[in-house]
Amino acid sequence: MAAVPFSVSLLSTFSKRFLRPELTALCSYHKKVVDHYENPRNVGSLDKNKRNVGTGLVGAPACGDVMKLQIQVDENGKIVDAKFKTFGCGSAIASSSLATEWVKGKSIDEALKIRNTDIAKELCLPPVKLHCSMLAEDAIKAALSDYRLKQEDKQ
Amino acid sequence: MLSPGRTISSRLLRPALWLPFRLCPERTATSSRPKELIKKHELEKDELRPLYMDFQATTPMDPRVLDAMLPYQVNYYGNPHSRTHAYGWESETAMETARKQVADLIGADPREIIFTSGATESNNMAIKGVARFYQAKKRHVITTQTEHKCVLDSCRILEAEGFSVSYLPVQKNGLLDLKLLEDSISADTSLVSVMTINNEIGVKQPIEEIGQICRSKGVFFHTDAAQAVGKIPLNVSDCKVDLMSISGHKIYGPKGVGALYVRRRPRVRLEPLQNGGGQERGLRSGTVPTPLAVGLGAACSIAQKEMEYDEQRVTMLANRLVQKIMSEVPDVFLNGDHEQRYPGCINLSFAYVEGESLLMALKDVALSSGSACTSASLEPSYVLRAIGAEEDLAHSSIRFGIGRFTTEEEVDYTAEKCIQQVRRLREMSPLWEMVQEGIDLKSIKWTQH
Repeated sequence: MAAVPFSVSLLSTFSKRFLRPELTALCSYHKKVVDHYENPRNVGSLDKNKRNVGTGLVGAPACGDVMKLQIQVDENGKIVDAKFKTFGCGSAIASSSLATEWVKGKSIDEALKIRNTDIAKELCLPPVKLHCSMLAEDAIKAALSDYRLKQEDKQ
Repeated sequence: MLSPGRTISSRLLRPALWLPFRLCPERTATSSRPKELIKKHELEKDELRPLYMDFQATTPMDPRVLDAMLPYQVNYYGNPHSRTHAYGWESETAMETARKQVADLIGADPREIIFTSGATESNNMAIKGVARFYQAKKRHVITTQTEHKCVLDSCRILEAEGFSVSYLPVQKNGLLDLKLLEDSISADTSLVSVMTINNEIGVKQPIEEIGQICRSKGVFFHTDAAQAVGKIPLNVSDCKVDLMSISGHKIYGPKGVGALYVRRRPRVRLEPLQNGGGQERGLRSGTVPTPLAVGLGAACSIAQKEMEYDEQRVTMLANRLVQKIMSEVPDVFLNGDHEQRYPGCINLSFAYVEGESLLMALKDVALSSGSACTSASLEPSYVLRAIGAEEDLAHSSIRFGIGRFTTEEEVDYTAEKCIQQVRRLREMSPLWEMVQEGIDLKSIKWTQH
C-alpha cells in the first residue's frame, strides 16, 4: 500500500524537520533551552580516577534531578575540559550544558564565581525552573571542591 | 467507517481533521511543490502539528457527532423547555432522543439521565449532593487515593463542612482491596465513590464486586466512568451502580457537556448544586444545551455500535506499542495492573530517564507525563505515588493514549522515536552510567536539596 513507503519517508522527514522553536516556545520552552537540549555541548565522561579530574554529583533521583559535572584542570589551574551527564528535565539539561560551556577556559577561582542567577538569565528560565540552575551551580562547586580535595590528598 | 462527501461536515471539514494529520496529502502539499512556487507565508502556515497520542486528556470530535449537532446550532435552535411552540417541541424531542441514547449505552432508563456541563460537575453533584442530602443521619464518605482531582477536592470541601472522609489506599497494581473497603463501610457511611477506569494508569477497578458490597451494606455507590463509558461494556444494573458520571469529550463527543446517571429504583436523592427553574428533575436547573446534548447522545450511540471494533483495534495497537518498546529498551515498567486495565491508556516508566526531557524529545507526538516537572507544583503524580511507584520512576513516566482514530503508522512512529530518544537520553544520564558500571543506586547517599 502506498501508506507504508509514505510513512517511511515521513519518518526521515520528521528527523530533518523539527517543530519550529516558536511553536515549542508556545509550550514554554525557551529556544535557548531547546537548543541546548537538542545539541547539548560536552555530554560525556572523563576518567574520574585521574588526579586532575574533579567530579561533582549533585541532586537525587527522588527529586527528579541528578547532575554529574566533571572538569579537567591543567598544571596552571585552568579548566581545559568539562563534561556533564544529567537525569532531569529539559531545563536541567540545558543548565548543566551551559555550565560546562562556561567553565571551560576559566581558572578555578573564576569558575567559583558562576552564579545560578547568571545561568537562569542566560536561558530565560521561568521561576518554576530556577532550581535547575541552582543545581548546576552546585554541580560546578562540587566538581571544584572534589578537585581541590584530590590535590590536597596528593600533598 | 465514514464515507466522505456524504455528510455536510465532511465537506465543511477537510478529511485532514480526522485523518492522522501527518498522512493527509493536503497538509504536506508544500513539500511536494518546487521551491520557487512555495510562497513564504505558506511555508510558515504549513506548520506540522504533533501526532495526537493523548486520548485520555481529550478526544477529537467524531465528524458524525458534528453532523448530528449542526442542525441544532443554526436551524433548530429553540429552547427545549419552551412548551408553547414548535421550536421548543423539536428541541425537546431531540434532547429526549439524546437522553435515550445515553441511557441505552449504560443500560439505564432515560429518566435517570441528567445532562450536566461535564464529568467534573457530575462528580461534584453526586458527591456533595448525596452527602448533604443524607447528612442528618450519615456523615461518612469513602473514596480512594487515585480518584480524579474533582472527586478528591469535593471530598475535601465535605471535610471542611464536618463530614469524615476515608481516602482508601490502593494496592501496588492500582486496584482497590475489597476487604479494606468492606471494613471501612460503617453505619454512618452514605456514599462510596470509586472510578471505573483510572485516567492516568488505565487500571480498571472491580466495579461489579464493589457494587455488590455497597448494595449489601445499604450504601450508595458512585463511579466516575468518564474514561470507561463507551469504551468497555457497562451496565448500571449488573454493576449495582447508583450514580455514574459521564463526560462528553472523552468519547469523541463535544466539550462542555456530560451526564450524571441517578438511579430511580431504589431512589437516590441528592441536594442540587445548581438551583433555578427545576429542569432535569430539579437536580440541575438551567437550559439544557440542545446541540451539546444531541452531540453527547450521538457520541454514545456511535460508541455503542462501534465498541467491540474499537476495543479490538485499541488492544491491538496498544500491544503493538508496548511490545515494540519493551522488546527494544530494557528497564521499562508498565504502571498499574497488567490484566485489569483499559488497553488504550498506557503508562510507562523509563528508568534513568526523566519524563519531561523525554516529552521534549518526543515533541512531534502529543503525550503527557506523571513527572514533577510537568506539573506546576513540582510534585510527581499522586496516582503514581499511591500505587507505590518509586520516586525516581514516578519522575520517569509517560502516558500514551490510543483511541479510535489512531493508526498503525502513528503507533510505529511513536514507538521508534521513543526507543531512539530513550537511548539518547540514557547516554546523557549519570544514573544509567552508574548502573552500567554495576553501582547499586540505592546504596548512594544523594545530596539533599
